[in-house]
Amino acid sequence: MYDAIMIGSGPAGLSAALYTSRAGLKTLVIGKDRGALEKAERIENYFGMAEPISGCELVENTKAQARSLGVELVEDEIFHISWDGHFILEGKNGSYEALTVLLATGTGRKTLNVEGLKELEGRGVSYCAVCDAFFYRGRDVAVLGNEDYAIHEMSQILPVVKSVTLLTNGQELKAQAPEGVSVIEKPLRSVDGTNRVEGITFADGSSISTEGLFVALGSAGAMELAKKAGAFTEGQNIKVNERMETNVPGLYAAGDCIGGLLQISTAVGEGAKAAMSMIPFVRRQRTSSKAETSK
Amino acid sequence: MKPIEVSEQNFEQEVLKSDVPVLVDFWATWCGPCRMQAPIVDELAEEVTSVKFAKLDVDANGRLAQQYGVMNIPTLLVFKEGKVAGSAVGLQSKESLKELLGL
Repeated sequence: MYDAIMIGSGPAGLSAALYTSRAGLKTLVIGKDRGALEKAERIENYFGMAEPISGCELVENTKAQARSLGVELVEDEIFHISWDGHFILEGKNGSYEALTVLLATGTGRKTLNVEGLKELEGRGVSYCAVCDAFFYRGRDVAVLGNEDYAIHEMSQILPVVKSVTLLTNGQELKAQAPEGVSVIEKPLRSVDGTNRVEGITFADGSSISTEGLFVALGSAGAMELAKKAGAFTEGQNIKVNERMETNVPGLYAAGDCIGGLLQISTAVGEGAKAAMSMIPFVRRQRTSSKAETSK
Repeated sequence: MKPIEVSEQNFEQEVLKSDVPVLVDFWATWCGPCRMQAPIVDELAEEVTSVKFAKLDVDANGRLAQQYGVMNIPTLLVFKEGKVAGSAVGLQSKESLKELLGL
């Protein structure tokens, strides 16, 4: 069990980790792949850069700094967060447990303009397989996505439903679909149904009938994880207070996923603020669990 | 007042035949957003006396969930005189629940 897990190895996640680790918290940073910063060729507007360096170099330097302070770093993609006295994170390579979690995966704006999708939310269109698979027992459903995240969501649904069709919306399938799942790679035109989802029509005019559509586009980002944990979101951002706390006790967010300036400097500052909230939270948890044991 | 637990046994009496509007929170143990919805409903239930607040575990009462077309949780339905008078799907803030109840 970790005291603190930062999901995202950009400036917000790493900055928070420097503080929590130095404060004696067992800290893990989970990164997936190159973030926005690592794609930046030259950083010229950050504190202390006499000569510009690349985003990649800046991140690598900070990772080395974090390691030297005792922070553990792993590569994984987190698909789901649940809570059972502490947080449980399910990833592609394994699961992780922590007292506090910081969401800092940056921003990946995923908007999909398919007729009927928004209108049928809550009436067959779902964004949380774990929450809603139960309602589709014995029914035909579809999953929308083309990466590992979609496959993970499908694994939650498959044991319950009659059949699953994977829809990639014209994208190349970048993951291995389970056996027995049919894959349709055509772009979507509309989600059909008046009171509830009844089918899907594709751009070429063909259609399938389905009673549910689980949306799992791209990779699971901070927004998806926040929603599954029960955190409030606003537009494309996670809602936090000035201490970087979400409404879920022990769950924090920092960096581009909370909106604002989208700069390294703000992400670093927000990461530090989040750490300052995580440290006392963990200490309180430790004190109360000690008190419980000594009873 | 604390929200009451409703089930197939007492749904008719507590919800459909209620003299006052009833807000029913459809939830399940496995649902993260439901865990965060509960304290918000509890808090509102302490403040508002003109509405009855109820919780329905969909796992134990699947038939009722199906009957009212619940396909995502949390779902919050407002019942007035035995009929659904309002609904909200997904985690709701206290303010949006007040709006749903016309308060």
